[in-house]
Amino acid sequence: MYRIVLSRLLLAIPLLFVVSFLTFLLVNLIPGDPAAELLGPQASPEQIDALRDQLGLNLPITTQYWNWLTSALSGNLGASIYDGSSVSQALSGQLPVTISLVGLTILFSSVVGVAFGVLSAVGRGRIARLADVISLVGYAIPNFWLGLVLIAAFAVSIPLFPATGYVDFAASPGEWFRSLVLPVLTLGGPVVANIAKQTRESMLDAMGRDYIKVLRANGASERSIVWKHALKNAAAPVITVIGLISVGLTAGAVVVEQVFVLPGLGSLAVSATTRHDLPVITGVVVYFTLIVIVVNLAVDLAYGWLNPKERKS
Amino acid sequence: MSEVIQIPGNTAPEVSQGKSPLKVLLHNPLAITAMSWLLLVLLGSLFAPVLAPYDPIADSDLLNVLSGPSASHLLGTDGLGRDVLSRLMFGGLATLGAVGLATLVAMVVGVPFGLVAGYRSGWLDSTTMRIVDIVLSMPMLVIVLVVLAVFSNNVFVAMVVLGMLLAPRLLRVVRSATIAVRHELYIDAAKVAGLGDPRIVFRHILPRVIGPVIVQSALVAASAVITVTGLAYLGLGQTPPAPSWGGMVAEAGTLVSQQPWLLVPSGATIGLTVLALSLMGDAVRDATVGGWSVAHTAPTKRKASSPSMPAEQTGPAGQESLLEVSGVSVSRDANPDAFITRNVSLSVRKGEILGIVGESGSGKSMTASAILGLLPPSTHLASGSIRFRGEELTQMSLQQLAALRGKEIALVSQEPLVSLDPAYTVGNQLSELVRRHRRLGRSAAREIVLQLLADVRLPNSEAVFRKYPHELSGGMAQRVVIAMALAGNPSLLIADEPTTALDVTVQAEILELLRALRDEHDLTILMVTHNFGVVADLCDRVVVMKSGEVVERADVVTLFESPQHPYTRDLLAAGLDNCEPREVLDHPFASDQKVAQR
Repeated sequence: MYRIVLSRLLLAIPLLFVVSFLTFLLVNLIPGDPAAELLGPQASPEQIDALRDQLGLNLPITTQYWNWLTSALSGNLGASIYDGSSVSQALSGQLPVTISLVGLTILFSSVVGVAFGVLSAVGRGRIARLADVISLVGYAIPNFWLGLVLIAAFAVSIPLFPATGYVDFAASPGEWFRSLVLPVLTLGGPVVANIAKQTRESMLDAMGRDYIKVLRANGASERSIVWKHALKNAAAPVITVIGLISVGLTAGAVVVEQVFVLPGLGSLAVSATTRHDLPVITGVVVYFTLIVIVVNLAVDLAYGWLNPKERKS
Repeated sequence: MSEVIQIPGNTAPEVSQGKSPLKVLLHNPLAITAMSWLLLVLLGSLFAPVLAPYDPIADSDLLNVLSGPSASHLLGTDGLGRDVLSRLMFGGLATLGAVGLATLVAMVVGVPFGLVAGYRSGWLDSTTMRIVDIVLSMPMLVIVLVVLAVFSNNVFVAMVVLGMLLAPRLLRVVRSATIAVRHELYIDAAKVAGLGDPRIVFRHILPRVIGPVIVQSALVAASAVITVTGLAYLGLGQTPPAPSWGGMVAEAGTLVSQQPWLLVPSGATIGLTVLALSLMGDAVRDATVGGWSVAHTAPTKRKASSPSMPAEQTGPAGQESLLEVSGVSVSRDANPDAFITRNVSLSVRKGEILGIVGESGSGKSMTASAILGLLPPSTHLASGSIRFRGEELTQMSLQQLAALRGKEIALVSQEPLVSLDPAYTVGNQLSELVRRHRRLGRSAAREIVLQLLADVRLPNSEAVFRKYPHELSGGMAQRVVIAMALAGNPSLLIADEPTTALDVTVQAEILELLRALRDEHDLTILMVTHNFGVVADLCDRVVVMKSGEVVERADVVTLFESPQHPYTRDLLAAGLDNCEPREVLDHPFASDQKVAQR
């Protein structure tokens, strides 16, 4: 088990380098001068040159990246162009919000999605068709729109939950949860049906296997056949989908944090974008990639748990 | 003691008709609706300058701010009294233009690389897929934000980057479709004919993968719509006052307490467009691939049976019969007149081993499934009676029947390695059944399981207990499956080709085991097989089946000595087991060859 974790980490860490390097490359490859773009048309050549120096744009791309990387490895992601504050500190302050949002969303959508998928596989017929419809519609509804509707319904018309804002878990777990209910529903609602659909497909496949027939013929209970045997064998593709969805959730989180005014990484990314704050947004890319790496690692561990063959090798 | 039953004519197999994908698509009302909506949005956006009733920015109807739908403003007005419909149409141009660009880039990058990776395989393929994995785990929206942070409002560059980030989705689909096509004969033929690789790829493979490309492109476009409108919602890319769909949602969001209606037109337009794109994708896939069917065994719904035939007298009176099957016909739900088995009758006496023999497709396994009440989906019991210990199984509720399985009637099936759940240890699976059938605690059940494993002659049962199915050989796995069948101490064991998947030496051991278990566990065995060797070795009596019907019943000695039905004679003659061993030719030439071989 430790070997799997280790080998996965060894594979995952290059991802961090590649993604951050690509970000550097991207800024440099796009035609035009980033410094001039950042300062706008009124800037004097001296100002532009000064900013180029500050951003290290006059150096070769590899040197730029090396400088950034060496300080990043010691925990320093540079300083914000906008107000000179430490990027690492700003990001670490916002990280718990995004982790709370994304983590709760994965939990919520997985539990509800899998339960719904299993029931529709066993029941077939109407529930299955309902899951199909919901998954299509859920996919089509943009989550920023869903968020606004939920606010209108459950924060304004029926004031059950706060419309906006975030409460620290440490300050009050209850309020923390309340402040995240609508954001989690907004972010997770559309993907619930997606997970349910995948669960149903692989459950149907698993239920058609020989060992299910043998178990049934030899008197295993229907509940155990469905929830113990079929579900565990059906889980791998579902976990894959949950992993992919989680990567997509990072994009959704950016928008949803904005809708509910949650002070997370996404909000930081948006404000940094409008302020042209390149070091901050590069830092956000790194943090989001870290989240993706952690999710992928969790997915791999889940595979190992689900598939005894994989565990041994 | 032997009887022959005549078979009436066979039913013809069903013939399915092929249709062209385009025809299928045009007959799908959902696809037509989706395409109409997309066309409407596209034309409305393209010709907005001509068609739109108002100017999207300049025409402020300040007397009619935030009005709902009315005759002069079909979709109402926004906070500045501007016509919502006109803004939607003009906004569509910006939104769809961006979406189109991103999708185009995704196709231009994804399709050729996917074709090459799939066609070439090797290091090129593995490198490409490595890159794909990396790009797929990049936070897409944030990367686009990086671009917009530097080049604010440069939607063009942002969309090119978005397209590249979306390209791997297309690439993967094209690659796997290409791999599927690559191994077909006509590609080999093209290579032999000396066609160059580019020509093969673009002339012969591309047309075949066009279906998946369309499907995936529609889905990529749907993703792009969500991303583009999301960016506009965040106030990035397309900036006010120029209208965009996402921006209109943002404006509506600030006014939601005053005029909730305002959320509807923009939200519905985005939602319906995404929905139409994904429906299009689904429809094209269904049209090109055809409907997919799902394998699924579930407890079969048992239609009320009307035992039309009386149980046939098959054995001498006085011997107790454990199972009486009479007049059982199984047919498909779709075609109730095409019988899979017709009028099957047999009786199994207590303590005997009855063989059901026949070629594959003769209905012998179907008969076994019918006895267990586990017919495959979309088949049903059309008529007949199945009596176990005198009780009519066909009249039982699903619960009553389930209570019987494992405790009275158990199953050993054909492929031992797929008959065990790969996700749990042998001990776990066996314990579950033992605990259920014998209502025991964990440790007591463990003792029984170890005893069962010893009963089926598995050495070192402690070690086997902890093993996963993939760690067992075929013979060991079949012993475990037999142990599973014994977990509930059943009286009737249905063995459905239990040795077919095994090596010959292992086959003999398993047959030996079954014979021994019959005596030790007081079993009656219904042996389904196509192998007369197994019959001769193990069975007391035999039922021969052909095309879903019983053609002959006899005790085993009679059957081998004087088979009555021509089909039985054919089967016996076809077996290799009873042939004389071929002799060495005593011909000068043969011995010459032998010498030559040395």
